[in-house]
Amino acid sequence: MLIKVPQKNTPAPSEIASETEYQNRRSFIRSMGFVGASALLGGTACAQENPPETRSLGPLLKSQYSTNQTENSYTDITQYNNFYEFGTSKEDPYENSGQFQPMPWSVRIEGAADITGDFSYEDIIQSHALEERIYRMRCVEAWSMVIPWVGIPLGDILKRFKPTSNAKYVSFETVYRPSEMPGQRRPILDWPYREGLTIEEAMHPLTILAVGIFDKSLPNQNGAPLRLVVPWKYGFKSIKSINKIGFTETPPATTWNDAGPNEYGFYANVNPEVDHPRWSQARERRIGGSLFDAKQPTLMFNGYADEVASLYSGLDLQRNF
Amino acid sequence: MTLAPGKQQIRFIIKPMVFVLAILPLTLLCLRVLGIYGATLGPNPIETVQDYLGIWGLRFILISLSITPAAWLIKKPWPIRLRRMLGLFAFTYCSLHFLAWLVLDQSLDISAIISDVIKRPFITLGTLALLLLIPLAVTSTKGWQKRLGARWTNLHRLVYPAAVLICWHYYWQVKLDTIDALLYCAVLAVLLGVRLWKRKRL
Repeated sequence: MLIKVPQKNTPAPSEIASETEYQNRRSFIRSMGFVGASALLGGTACAQENPPETRSLGPLLKSQYSTNQTENSYTDITQYNNFYEFGTSKEDPYENSGQFQPMPWSVRIEGAADITGDFSYEDIIQSHALEERIYRMRCVEAWSMVIPWVGIPLGDILKRFKPTSNAKYVSFETVYRPSEMPGQRRPILDWPYREGLTIEEAMHPLTILAVGIFDKSLPNQNGAPLRLVVPWKYGFKSIKSINKIGFTETPPATTWNDAGPNEYGFYANVNPEVDHPRWSQARERRIGGSLFDAKQPTLMFNGYADEVASLYSGLDLQRNF
Repeated sequence: MTLAPGKQQIRFIIKPMVFVLAILPLTLLCLRVLGIYGATLGPNPIETVQDYLGIWGLRFILISLSITPAAWLIKKPWPIRLRRMLGLFAFTYCSLHFLAWLVLDQSLDISAIISDVIKRPFITLGTLALLLLIPLAVTSTKGWQKRLGARWTNLHRLVYPAAVLICWHYYWQVKLDTIDALLYCAVLAVLLGVRLWKRKRL
């Protein structure tokens, strides 16, 4: 059982959270007590407080790429996550990410580019205007959300490092900090988490490097301080807490592809016609609905076909899933 | 020294207590469905309901299967008197899990249901396991027990393959982190193992 011992300088969560946020969290924690196993075994599930050390991000540019579908709530987006670095259940990232220190942060840029080296978070972000991008997010597990990201087109950032003509792919890596990321203490995946895109995918205007949700900086469980968002691909491609970006000539190894090559492809484009070997991808469950809401049909490229289908012309999407 | 409660104690104290404990998970789920005391089903209520009922189905299968070894262990037959009720609870939780899948997850879309049962091995296994449990629930009464005689015991051995299928169904459904599923499999292996061991010694 996790028991957080308050340190001298740590303000109580009630001092830094708004009242409704605080009440929401209270009720979530209370609901944890209703998990039957712990009720019968006499234990109490104990959720660790994750103080929202999120800053307001100021004025944001609107984008033509934003959807007008209803956004999911802040609670849905921050308490139902896949982020195995903090544990494999959906609640784990919210409960176990309190120790993670996203700041100060630096990103190593390496490989086929004129400018490489270590750059601070501020170096990467500062010269760009932040945009709001309200995107659909489709998980490979057949559920989806609508998330108002705050970010910068990845291509705008990558161009500053002057990739050479050898840069055919872009690789990404999540930070490896088992002391702050308890999930990394078990070899569930081959840590650190790695992802990759073709250079065309990385430069596509829909692809962003996100630094926030709603108008606040990213909470730890959502990939603080900066993460990828590729809305036409399954969520696992959108790698979190990135501290390494490389330009490569050959396709980089990617974590889920290594873990299950016949279940998770390099492209991982959302495609209702290519089922996961163990479940159908034809429909999806929109998070935040009631007990009686039906699933909705999944759209090709998660509904972004007009923007991205041309990237894959001539490619057999059944084989290159 | 071991516990040996009398007939009356079993009937009026132990059985009602076990009943209340066994129905507790379902009661807590109902509280969460109704949102009583601030309890909720979380951002994905259908998944929560389905997983919760499924895991309790599996737990009650294992609990039912542990009754006989428990009786051997304490060298007293009285725990056997709780077995029928626990088995019926296992069947109830498994059926509710299946119903939640049919009604809430699939919205009774018959073609989607049929194609999933055929195409998804873990769903095929789960469905098969439930089919095996149905005759056991039906013939669980004293009347059927008498009518079938020795065949009743043989019929009720179907619970062993059903339990194996249920564990397998759980294991196959997990994306990557199979540790929990493997723990349940290990418990089942022990419960089936002691039976084999006992048989060999007789």
